[in-house]
Amino acid sequence: MATAAVELDTRVHYLNANYGIKSWLLTTDHKRIAILYMASITFFFLIGGLAATLIRIHLIEPNGAVFEPGTYNKLFSMHGIVMVFFFLIPSIPAVLGNFLVPMMIGARDLAFPKLNLLSWYVFMAGGILVLYSVIWGGVDTGWTFYTPLSTSYVNSNVLSAAFGVFIAGFSSILTGLNFVVTIHKMRAPGMTWFRMPLFLWAMYATSIIQILGTPVVAITLVLVAVERMFHVGIFDPAVGGDPILFQHLFWFYSHPAVYIMILPSMGVVSELITCFAKKRIFGYSFVAFSSVAIAVISFLVWGHHMFVSGQSIYAGIIFSALSFLVAIPSAIKVFNWTATLYKGSISYQAPMLYAMGFIGLFTMGGLTGLFLATLATDTHLHDTYFVVGHFHYIMVGGAVMGYLGGIHFWWPKITGRLYPDGWARLAAAIVFIGFNLTFFPQYMLGYLGMPRRYAIYSPEFQVLNVMSSAGASILAVGYAIPLVYLIWSMRYGPEAGPNPWGAKGLEWETPSPPPTENFEEIPVVSEEAYAYGAKEAHVG
Amino acid sequence: MARRRPTLADPHASSALAHQFEDLGQQHESASLGMWIFLATEVMFFGGLFAGYTIYRNMYTAGFVAGSHELNVTIGAINTAVLICSSLTMALAVRAAQLGKRIPLVTLLIATILLGLAFVIIKLTLEWRHDYLEGLVPGLNFTFAGPNARSMELFFCFYFVMTGVHALHMVVGVGVLFWLVVQAWKGRFGPERFNFVEGAGLYWHFVDIIWIFLFPLLYLIGGRY
Repeated sequence: MATAAVELDTRVHYLNANYGIKSWLLTTDHKRIAILYMASITFFFLIGGLAATLIRIHLIEPNGAVFEPGTYNKLFSMHGIVMVFFFLIPSIPAVLGNFLVPMMIGARDLAFPKLNLLSWYVFMAGGILVLYSVIWGGVDTGWTFYTPLSTSYVNSNVLSAAFGVFIAGFSSILTGLNFVVTIHKMRAPGMTWFRMPLFLWAMYATSIIQILGTPVVAITLVLVAVERMFHVGIFDPAVGGDPILFQHLFWFYSHPAVYIMILPSMGVVSELITCFAKKRIFGYSFVAFSSVAIAVISFLVWGHHMFVSGQSIYAGIIFSALSFLVAIPSAIKVFNWTATLYKGSISYQAPMLYAMGFIGLFTMGGLTGLFLATLATDTHLHDTYFVVGHFHYIMVGGAVMGYLGGIHFWWPKITGRLYPDGWARLAAAIVFIGFNLTFFPQYMLGYLGMPRRYAIYSPEFQVLNVMSSAGASILAVGYAIPLVYLIWSMRYGPEAGPNPWGAKGLEWETPSPPPTENFEEIPVVSEEAYAYGAKEAHVG
Repeated sequence: MARRRPTLADPHASSALAHQFEDLGQQHESASLGMWIFLATEVMFFGGLFAGYTIYRNMYTAGFVAGSHELNVTIGAINTAVLICSSLTMALAVRAAQLGKRIPLVTLLIATILLGLAFVIIKLTLEWRHDYLEGLVPGLNFTFAGPNARSMELFFCFYFVMTGVHALHMVVGVGVLFWLVVQAWKGRFGPERFNFVEGAGLYWHFVDIIWIFLFPLLYLIGGRY
């Protein structure tokens, strides 16, 4: 062990190639930029999580335990804006995607390394502006900036917050652009499209959404800023504008943005399920094309956010039908992952627990989405806690579980060290239990009619609200434990070796942590992805 | 057989090749694809504006036609000609860069800059200033009073946002071209290294094409002629 630790410290890799704050802040190494992102979004996650904690404490009592209603509005806006734009959207693409896309295709770096660094600075500039907005003075429009509330009625920091989101959007665009070019042009010899790990298909589909969706929300926020600054009526009905147009433009990005959050997690789960079942993926091309299908359909469903807000009933019917279509590629993925498990030699290490958690929670979130895509039931459930429960099952139960699973899976590759598996399994179980205890009651609250975004509620909802708050405290413990042992492992963890899981994929064929150029020699790919058990089959 | 990274001792090595690429062909294809994808994001960015404009024009046709009549078609047409000429000089500049002709490259880039600046200055002094004095700028000075005043105000909101964002793109483009002139003067471009000029050219043509759509939408349609 002692010699091994010495080996990790003496061999030159991307972490010790050079030292000092400048070598990090001016790096163009995609792996270091991934770590910059990881540190940044963890910070934003803590800020957003703090707001969530305060919200759940406040809602323990029907009349509101702690805050003025105005403060409560600012807290849930802060939670939404920070979590959506500064944690969930960059989470897997900017951290794991940055680290893994070049390694998985056998390239030395992304196509545009300087642009990659620029995107982090752009992200931080937007993030700092938003933090200033939500902490000094606050924003109380919710994360959706609905007009004319945001342009004519509120006195909070709408302009600076919207500008921060606008800036951060360019970071997302640049990351997506970099990934698409890299995947198209930089694949190693033999790495054909259908030999690519499914994580890359998911990243590709995500990038398409980032590229085509984000500019639309950018120009929408520009129009909001123009309306608010000059008091003209672009979206304000008082001067002939149409608030529904704002909602159309906003959701044209912001519904696909949900798939920016969930598609990368689906990619991670494909990697985890195959590795821990030691089996090829069932129906590779179906899983690959279902990612593309989700990206395409995601652009056709935005109108289901406006079923009850004045959109024509015919548009509602069409958007309802199109929204049901998303269920098909999503279900293909779930069934194919399940079929992959069949007769696999399954081991339940921590990343696999997150993957299993993902499948269950995503299925719940997806199925409740069908309730909301149905016109008649949506009229009952719209703007209730049912919606809150639904999208938290997707965004937290889906996207965050996938992110944590991915972090646990590739942590030995990123740091070269192992974390304590027992603690990791315990944390995964606590997250799963805490999550369900937090958000399942919200489905029930919404079904019973509790509206979202209110600082107070009727006393009959208190029991379920207390359950939800209790669950949130368990969830917080579940998120805190990995933070401790992952940081601990960076110094004290045993050395991982190049491939601790026995996984397939180019990233596992290079030492951990990888050298700055990723590979000694550009690899040549001669087998398809997930060729688990190929040898046995050969012998048999 | 693994591909080997060219080193300095390698006869195929080139200082124009960034470390992450295998060869100049790959580098050029990547730069080109990256630029096209960036332009796709720009299409979506302006697309939001075009969609909003189209919807409101459909809702308030009379006011939008009346607003369109307040614009000066002659100046708009002159500016269109200026931009098309700038696209020609830009395209010739890209060719000069590919051939490594330094002086023609610098000259053509400066010509493009001058034409671009001419467009912005004409827009600013002959159109926007005039609109302001006429009381046609919503939010700052809008005094028009007539049957369609409200929807005309909406028309001018979109007019100023659309032409303003377009002019901002022109200014950014001129800034990029200035940087290219400096680089070109130093002899940085040639047959192996012209990606930046080519990318800036694609951007410049794109901004021109946006205007080619803006001009009829804002100035011409509406049954004036």
